[in-house]
Amino acid sequence: MTNLDKLIKAFSDALELEPELINDELSYGTESWDSIAHLALVASIEMEFDIMLSSEDVIDMSSFKKAKEILTKYDVGF
Amino acid sequence: MTSVFNLEGKVAFVTGSTRGIGWATAKTLVRHGATVILNGVHSQQLLDQRIDEIKKEFNVESNGFLFDVGSLDSVQKCYNEIFKRYKKLDILVNNAGILEDSLIGMITKENIEHTFSTNTTAVVYNLQFAARLMSRNMSGSIINISSLVGRVGNEGQVVYGCSKAAVIGITLSAARELAHKNIRVNAVAPGFINTDLIKPLSKEIYQQRLNSIKMKRIGQPEDVANTVLFLASDLSSYVTGQVIGVDGGMIM
Repeated sequence: MTNLDKLIKAFSDALELEPELINDELSYGTESWDSIAHLALVASIEMEFDIMLSSEDVIDMSSFKKAKEILTKYDVGF
Repeated sequence: MTSVFNLEGKVAFVTGSTRGIGWATAKTLVRHGATVILNGVHSQQLLDQRIDEIKKEFNVESNGFLFDVGSLDSVQKCYNEIFKRYKKLDILVNNAGILEDSLIGMITKENIEHTFSTNTTAVVYNLQFAARLMSRNMSGSIINISSLVGRVGNEGQVVYGCSKAAVIGITLSAARELAHKNIRVNAVAPGFINTDLIKPLSKEIYQQRLNSIKMKRIGQPEDVANTVLFLASDLSSYVTGQVIGVDGGMIM
């Protein structure tokens, strides 16, 4: 499974969305991505990649595209 | 027979745990099987000494981090280390606290900021990171050390009382927010406890405080630690959003 697949899975699991709906346009506030789902999403990503995000990154992670950018800081390549 | 307070396999972090209530709590949790991470702010030597004492008395390894719990960067680094080493956290005891008496008219901005940084802001910082680690396992217990002063007030302790009352507010809100993740949040409100915090008291004040305790004795750090143990253990698995006084029936 590639890192992109893993990230899509994390989003899909946490937001309860079909993987086909996960793309760069997906952003906080759309679909089922609300404040409560956001923390579930953070936990899902952290578990998938075995990392712990900083508080700033948790707050900054406002889209799927942004999530990929943030993860590169944790040596996760796409 | 396994202890009803069995904490084997649990990882606990106790802030301000090189002295007083924090140290008694750390030892109590270790005694019941938990792996405990210590924290101090002033002395690496004392922190190392405490780790050695745990090793000698209980023959188990513990860890310790020297940092100011009011520093967000330091708190983040600590939780990153906890994550790296243990991959989880089961118990957080927000114990670190300071007491700087100031009468009304003598309260400084620095006094307010310093007290709130350690007694209140740090509780939110630690709670946030701990809850993230705990939510992965959908399980955890957070115990915040408040104070009787935060419930009933005391002369000369406007700032301290406010900072400790805020801890109760944090506890009640966090308990509601985290209950669905099976993370319990409770507070302990100690009364007059025999720690370094009361050393500066005059004999007269000491006696006055003692006279106000219905059980006619000063509390020991272990009295508080045992209540924390109950809240950390599965015996309190249906208890959240509570403030438990450990004060011997004290009326200030």
